[in-house]
Amino acid sequence: MSQRQGVEVRLENLVRRYGPVTALDGLTLTIAPGELVALLGPSGCGKTTALRLLAGLEEADGGQITVGGKDITGLPANKRNIGMVFQAYSLFPHMVAWENVAFGLQMRRVGADERKKRALEVLELVGLGRMANRYASQMSGGQQQRVALARALAIRPQVLLLDEPLSALDAKVRSRLRDEIRRVQLEVGITTLFVTHDQEEALAIADRVGVMQSGKLEQLGPPTLVYSRPATPFVADFVGLTNRIPGEVKFGGVEVRGSQLPLVQKDVPTGPAIALVRPEAVTITGSADGDSGPLVGTVIAVAFLGAISRVTVDLGDLTVLAQLPTSAAGDHPAGSRVRLALRPDPVLVDRHE
Amino acid sequence: MAVARQSLYRSRRLKLQLFRGVTFLLAAVFFLVPIIAMLEFSTRGNHNERTLEYWQSIFSYPDLFDFNFGPAPSAAIDASLELALVTSLAMLVLLVPTMVWVRLKLRRLSRILEFVCLLPLTIPAIVLVVGLFPMYIWLGTNVSDSILTLAFAYVVLVLPYCYRALDAGLGAIDVKTLSEAARSLGASWFSVMWRIIVPNISNAILNATLLSVALVLGEYTIANNLLYNNLQVELVHLERANAGVSIAVAVAALLFAFVLLIAISLVGGRPRRMRSEAITSFGTGPVQGSAG
Repeated sequence: MSQRQGVEVRLENLVRRYGPVTALDGLTLTIAPGELVALLGPSGCGKTTALRLLAGLEEADGGQITVGGKDITGLPANKRNIGMVFQAYSLFPHMVAWENVAFGLQMRRVGADERKKRALEVLELVGLGRMANRYASQMSGGQQQRVALARALAIRPQVLLLDEPLSALDAKVRSRLRDEIRRVQLEVGITTLFVTHDQEEALAIADRVGVMQSGKLEQLGPPTLVYSRPATPFVADFVGLTNRIPGEVKFGGVEVRGSQLPLVQKDVPTGPAIALVRPEAVTITGSADGDSGPLVGTVIAVAFLGAISRVTVDLGDLTVLAQLPTSAAGDHPAGSRVRLALRPDPVLVDRHE
Repeated sequence: MAVARQSLYRSRRLKLQLFRGVTFLLAAVFFLVPIIAMLEFSTRGNHNERTLEYWQSIFSYPDLFDFNFGPAPSAAIDASLELALVTSLAMLVLLVPTMVWVRLKLRRLSRILEFVCLLPLTIPAIVLVVGLFPMYIWLGTNVSDSILTLAFAYVVLVLPYCYRALDAGLGAIDVKTLSEAARSLGASWFSVMWRIIVPNISNAILNATLLSVALVLGEYTIANNLLYNNLQVELVHLERANAGVSIAVAVAALLFAFVLLIAISLVGGRPRRMRSEAITSFGTGPVQGSAG
């Protein structure tokens, strides 16, 4: 399994401004040796900026970066020993795959024979040994990104940075390469920072997920925790799907359309609030022809997602997403009246509309 | 049905081929007739006989050619060749790093750089001379009065053409991502330039060089008005004394330019052909800015 031989990476109070825009607003993040942390967030949340500061491709306006206990804040990119895979295809077009992989070794003055040998080894590690003599233009996008990964790993970096490496690929290649990256990362045991806007990717691959907004870290934790116990309404909204249902906070819980749900947050003042309810906490209990009630509505769409289906139900004053096994969803086609129930999972409430 | 369509295709293809042939022929006539006429004139003696006298005497004019390449060439052909070399080198050293740097770090200056580089195109050479004259008087008395100082003016003159050629080359690759990748792999800025950028814009560099060589070899106005004797100025002088030799030199200069063109494009073409289809889709991969 994982050898965990990487080094610790520490970002402390990092600040980066672009003119009047603050891209990073005091980001503090510690990545344990050999850990894979994914930074997740919408465009412009500062996740790529954080990665570029760590890589040395941009300079911080404040804060400190330490790798393995050594302060590298002022070090130029070419002296940092950090491997990086880019979003855009970044293979050098005038070199074949193994030459690309050997480039970093050449810059480190490794001898020609040793260079080629090591390049081929790393290409083998990413499963592309037979592509060693291909140019970038002769490879698919997925293969190019795998060579880029090999190139980043060949220099035996202390840290691996992945800047949305999968976003230019199609869905099937993406999930395969995602698992491949994780396998290689565990095999090498390298400390890794992975930046993505795709929550599925982040949740699937990372040891811990950091959700960012407006240059700040909103929550950092294991994927299951970030999903099931979002720390803030933003995280709840951004990670996974969420129903925003108006209710009222009272008796230490929140009353939503006649159901009393426990609260995640403590010390929420009583009064009206929006409860954030996951679709999987909404179930269809049965047909409700001619019936009425706060949780009775009309099915307006059924989205088939394989084993599960997502059903959109119109409750009159709002629409709610429910998630149920596809076998059960078949009983409730669009147009039918159904009765919903809310599972009493702890929920977050948002006081802003 | 299929047969009819096939014959339609065939007649279309024939028409296209005919059109191509005719166009090619017209272009060839347009270019070749004057050259043939010049060749004819320069090989005809006073009594209408065939002679190579003019061609042979090219080398007997020390003002035209004396095989004395050095910092202060005295003959016109030597001077023009040296000027072409110096101008091309200076242009590349000045332009390539500047353009790459602006693309990488100073994007907001790219419009200004483009404007400055294209400016010489809008200024007639004769106007340029008026501005250059006092500078060259100063240069002549304080630095050097060698004809090679013309390279300063020529670099300005070739700027617009070379800028365009290099800009096209740099536009075809993702300069930012490639250099960042190289930087993260430990490359110094010099290595980024020399090992990553230059090999990927080699064709653009060749094109720019070609343009600057052709421009310098054909330059007359500035040299003449700043009182230097380059090839074109000397040709005009010679024409008054001996038209036959003048025309012979002109044809020779043209042939030289052709040979140079072909040589440069062969040098530029070879590595690409060796790599077969690898390079044909150069830089066409999706290039996306980084978000987030």
